[in-house]
Amino acid sequence: MLNVLNDETVNPVEPFLRTDRMPHIWCPGCGIGTTVNSFARALIDSGIDLDTIALVSGIGCTGRVAGYVKLDSFHTTHGRAIPFATGLKLANPKLNVVVYSGDGDLSAIGGNHLIHAARRNIDLKVICVNNLIYAMTGGQTAPTTPGHATTSTNPYGTFEPAFNLPALVDAAGAVYVARWTTFHVRQLARSIGEAFKKKGFSFIEVISPCPTLYQRRNKMGDGLDTMKYYKEASKVKNGAPTNEVGLTLNGEIAVGKFVDRDRPDYQTMMRAQYVESLGERYIEVTGEAQPEMECACG
Amino acid sequence: MAKGRVSIVVERCKACGFCVEFCPTHVLSLSSAFNSKGYHPPHVVHPEKCSGCDLCGMYCPDFAIYGMKVAEAKAAAQKAEKPAGGEK
Amino acid sequence: MKADPRGVLTGTHFVDGDHACCEGALAAGARFAAGYPITPSTEVVERFASRVPTVGGSFIQMEDELAASIALQGGVWGGAKAFTVTSGPGFSLMMEHIGYAAMTETPCVFVDVQRGGPSTGLPTLPAQADMMQARWGSHGDYEIIALCPNSPQECFDLTIKAFNLSEEFRVPVMFMMDEVVGHMTEKVVIPPADQIEVVPRKHTKKSVEDYLPYGTNGDMVPEMAHAGEGYKFHVTGLTHDERGYPNMTPATQDKLVRRLQNKIRNAADRICLFEEANLEGADVVVVSYGITSRVAQRAIDMARDRGLKVGKLRLITAWPFPEKKIAELATTVKAFVVPELNLGQMVREVERSANGMAKTYAVSHAGGGVHDPGEILKAIVEASRC
Repeated sequence: MLNVLNDETVNPVEPFLRTDRMPHIWCPGCGIGTTVNSFARALIDSGIDLDTIALVSGIGCTGRVAGYVKLDSFHTTHGRAIPFATGLKLANPKLNVVVYSGDGDLSAIGGNHLIHAARRNIDLKVICVNNLIYAMTGGQTAPTTPGHATTSTNPYGTFEPAFNLPALVDAAGAVYVARWTTFHVRQLARSIGEAFKKKGFSFIEVISPCPTLYQRRNKMGDGLDTMKYYKEASKVKNGAPTNEVGLTLNGEIAVGKFVDRDRPDYQTMMRAQYVESLGERYIEVTGEAQPEMECACG
Repeated sequence: MAKGRVSIVVERCKACGFCVEFCPTHVLSLSSAFNSKGYHPPHVVHPEKCSGCDLCGMYCPDFAIYGMKVAEAKAAAQKAEKPAGGEK
Repeated sequence: MKADPRGVLTGTHFVDGDHACCEGALAAGARFAAGYPITPSTEVVERFASRVPTVGGSFIQMEDELAASIALQGGVWGGAKAFTVTSGPGFSLMMEHIGYAAMTETPCVFVDVQRGGPSTGLPTLPAQADMMQARWGSHGDYEIIALCPNSPQECFDLTIKAFNLSEEFRVPVMFMMDEVVGHMTEKVVIPPADQIEVVPRKHTKKSVEDYLPYGTNGDMVPEMAHAGEGYKFHVTGLTHDERGYPNMTPATQDKLVRRLQNKIRNAADRICLFEEANLEGADVVVVSYGITSRVAQRAIDMARDRGLKVGKLRLITAWPFPEKKIAELATTVKAFVVPELNLGQMVREVERSANGMAKTYAVSHAGGGVHDPGEILKAIVEASRC
């Protein structure tokens, strides 16, 4: 890659990228790429074996992350990253399964799957990039769009209350809930690292600019203006009750780690139940290759 | 002697301005040069102030810039000079 | 290779089609299912939920069919053979993900125990009205394989076949049962594991550097890898190239979609299974499938007793449709009689394949019960006179 200083150093994020697919499709000032840096930093710092990571995304701008990271990655259907991820995890419990998707994908069409996976406490690390809009399709209202923003499907301004995502997943049973913005690059990396250490349903919301649609239509400036707004308006409120962290148009953004609790994850509960009911008859799925999976070709 | 140095991948830059704004020691500013897409990439105006913190790299949504501590950069250069043993 | 004995319930059983289907899946090596309850299919996964923890697999009841139909695919990419089970309304919900499986070439089985429709219809009564949907239900150009058992024994045997075909061709296979076949109880013989052939996953042996997720070696079916093995591959529903990377151009679209179609079509002769009798010299051939084929058999016997020259063609593979066989027969027979528990679905394929060389008589039935053999006999008699 072209490098002004022509040296032998490599961007620390480079090994995590499918460099043969650069440049990516995200707009100037979009924050999704910034979140990928934090994700890469978390992977480096945690020392996780990259072979064990499976990244699943849905459809949308954030959904494209799957195509740009050099990991086993799955770009699935709109709203269904979480159930696909659930299947991956159950078939191979050794995988560290990350769901990386947007607010519309995860909370609108994917809302049902979001709450059930949180309820079941499936061991998934969900990174929800929330740009408050449906960006890929041209700027339609999302369940997270704060009133009274202008969108392409609410051209006279939205009037629906928006989801408070931390409250939603907290109520559904998530064991780790945090929110940062794309300004909080180091804190985000740290939260992702904590989620990797946690067993159970972890949800990290990242507020991010969509300068082309959300910010432009609402005359909020460009990506940099939005980042400055995040810096100004964010208040770290670790441990805040999640029902108090809702977002408003141009208002305060509560960030921090809101929920960090322990409760047995789905597979732990499943194993316990089967051991109790079946005793030695229970054969656990461990993720070791099964004999019938061996290749018959060539 | 600066503690850090910045590398810029000029062709990837889309001039969002994040690195310039959030560098804690104001090492960067947008240049008047153009890359082939018509954007003004950043350039280093105060190299002596760079600490190698890599905040520029963490902020850049286009993976177009990164900072490194000089010691690390030297080590990387030495490693690259050695005959190939590890993966490229 | 031979079946894993842990999943094979060798012996002679007296079970219904739903239960036999579950045993077939286990014998084929299925170790993951994601389901959602819907009459008359639920027993398949209820039995699987009970059996699979002692065989080394898992089952999860998902929150809806949208989730079930994609969770099973996550299970496949995580290394398991997987399936789901549903009926009409659920089948409709699963269509997007059947398309995803076809596009990403995810080997898996979708069981549809057909019931009266449309919409909620007749939850506890039979129909065969999802046959076209099985082929065309999802958007875009793609091919699937569909099998139609007509007995609990076939629910066992053909489920294994369904899994084997899905692995061989990396395609979702539709297992088209109906409520009667699903709920009728008959003798089912399950042989010892070493007498059951299963097709293993077409897993790549290539190195990480050389492996192309959607590259083919001339046989049109790419080799697969699983998450967690270090291949760091990408899978997407977007039109993609051999690396699996999105490549949304007409050229890539043409190459990909034609391969998805041709990998099945070019092998149609091998894939198409049917049962035939008395086709030589026949004036009329009764073409049927599923439970209707058993009623049709009665009608055929009655007609032959009357001296009519009637042959039987029972479709075991409904898709790809055996066009060549029908076209061939159309040159020698006067007519086809096609009884179905629908208002005319597979009969259209018969008519199309006959291409005007023979007449086609549909014996339609809106569902809710099976045909009276007399209705089919009447059609045979009329067809013989034409």
